[in-house]
Amino acid sequence: MTETALLYMVVGVVLFGMGLFALVAYPHLLRKILAMNVMGTGTFMVFIAIAHNGDNQPIDPIPHALVITGIVVAVCSTGLALALASQVQALTGQPRIDGSEREE
Amino acid sequence: MILDLLLAFALLLIAWTSLSSPDLFRSVVLFITFGLLVALVWVRLGAPDVAMAEAAVGSGLTGALLLSTLSHMRRNQRRYDASRQEKNDRNAESDDAEQKEAEVA
Amino acid sequence: MIVTPNRMMPSRKRRKLRDENYIDDDVKLTPARRVILAMVAVLTVVLVMAVFAVPDDVVRLTQLTEDRLPESGVSNTVTAVLINFRGYDTFLEVSVLLLSIIGVWSVARRARVPVKVPNTPVLRVFVRLLMPLMVIVAGYLLWIGSDVPGGAFQGGAVLGGMGVLWIAAAVDDPGSRERRLLRPLLIVGMAFFLGAGALAIVVGGSMMQYPEGEAKTWILIIESAATFSIGATLVMLFLGGQPGGSSREDGKKS
Repeated sequence: MTETALLYMVVGVVLFGMGLFALVAYPHLLRKILAMNVMGTGTFMVFIAIAHNGDNQPIDPIPHALVITGIVVAVCSTGLALALASQVQALTGQPRIDGSEREE
Repeated sequence: MILDLLLAFALLLIAWTSLSSPDLFRSVVLFITFGLLVALVWVRLGAPDVAMAEAAVGSGLTGALLLSTLSHMRRNQRRYDASRQEKNDRNAESDDAEQKEAEVA
Repeated sequence: MIVTPNRMMPSRKRRKLRDENYIDDDVKLTPARRVILAMVAVLTVVLVMAVFAVPDDVVRLTQLTEDRLPESGVSNTVTAVLINFRGYDTFLEVSVLLLSIIGVWSVARRARVPVKVPNTPVLRVFVRLLMPLMVIVAGYLLWIGSDVPGGAFQGGAVLGGMGVLWIAAAVDDPGSRERRLLRPLLIVGMAFFLGAGALAIVVGGSMMQYPEGEAKTWILIIESAATFSIGATLVMLFLGGQPGGSSREDGKKS
């Protein structure tokens, strides 16, 4: 495992942890969506770091294909999540989920 | 190696600031910057296809989606607050009217 | 223009700035959030230890893909893996694109058309110049993806960017001709992929087993269809609803 790959694997894991904390702790929906994207990016970083064989060596292309697929799927899920968040705001007046939805 | 360390540090700092900033507009703009730095990381790890996909779709398009939703949420929030204010005023007026009728009767 | 830091502004202007930006103040570290932070930190440390424990002599498929690359019809390993060796995964991914559009159109009927568009001549001229260039770049990325980094997804992403620019700069209202093209564009990627997979069975082989020697043609046809689909899907995600049902002001019709 080269040094750069190891460094970026650790960075990926820490990004995943930050995203997980923000997803659980903050109630605003837009923040949760940002946190999910950061978590996904951290996971992709671990994948690509595993596929790294050395600075000018041939790479392992299967994790690259998985990550490209993953990026596109993440964008689709973000789009759907944003549509749902807009609906939550239209129905309850606040784009937050913390158990204190207002009654109309 | 220095470049990698600086890049990693900048990445973590920007991610944390983006997630915990009270101004949501700043959060989204920092997220777009985060996507740009992540594309640099992909290039550094020998993944130019992934870098292109990330810069265009993962950072650019997601940023556009978030900004569009943010501005619409802000507009709908104002309209919602305004309509609630109106309803409260109307309820207050009708309460006053009922009180006056009760006094007259 | 001198930019004053927020602290030095008069409080009236600071309050106006605060109302104009979307401030969500609920980011303080309450005790409950500290507990969550501690638990997530422990989890992160465990995961870092797991990452360091990845063995060095794990089986990598680098050599295998290099050896089989001539059979795939292209010379870019990532494209070969995406469309040929693991084509079924990519087919499922294109179907996820379609599913997300179905989901968005079911949830939010009205499209999120931008309301305030600055009507400057620079924007109009620049966007009109840029849009055809983006189409050319997308086609180039699609074609060149067989040999160097590029491919269908990158080209589709540039097409999506062009569509977003078209809508966000309000260059033109999409006419009825474009709207009639919309649904076919959205499904053409998945349809071609599925059609190619089925045709491969007819020609003699298993599903998605492109015939020897003609793999490059098949890959290029599938990729072109997928590029259109990806671009159209990304633009529809940006719109967030069905186009043509909303008006540019606060539309009351749904």
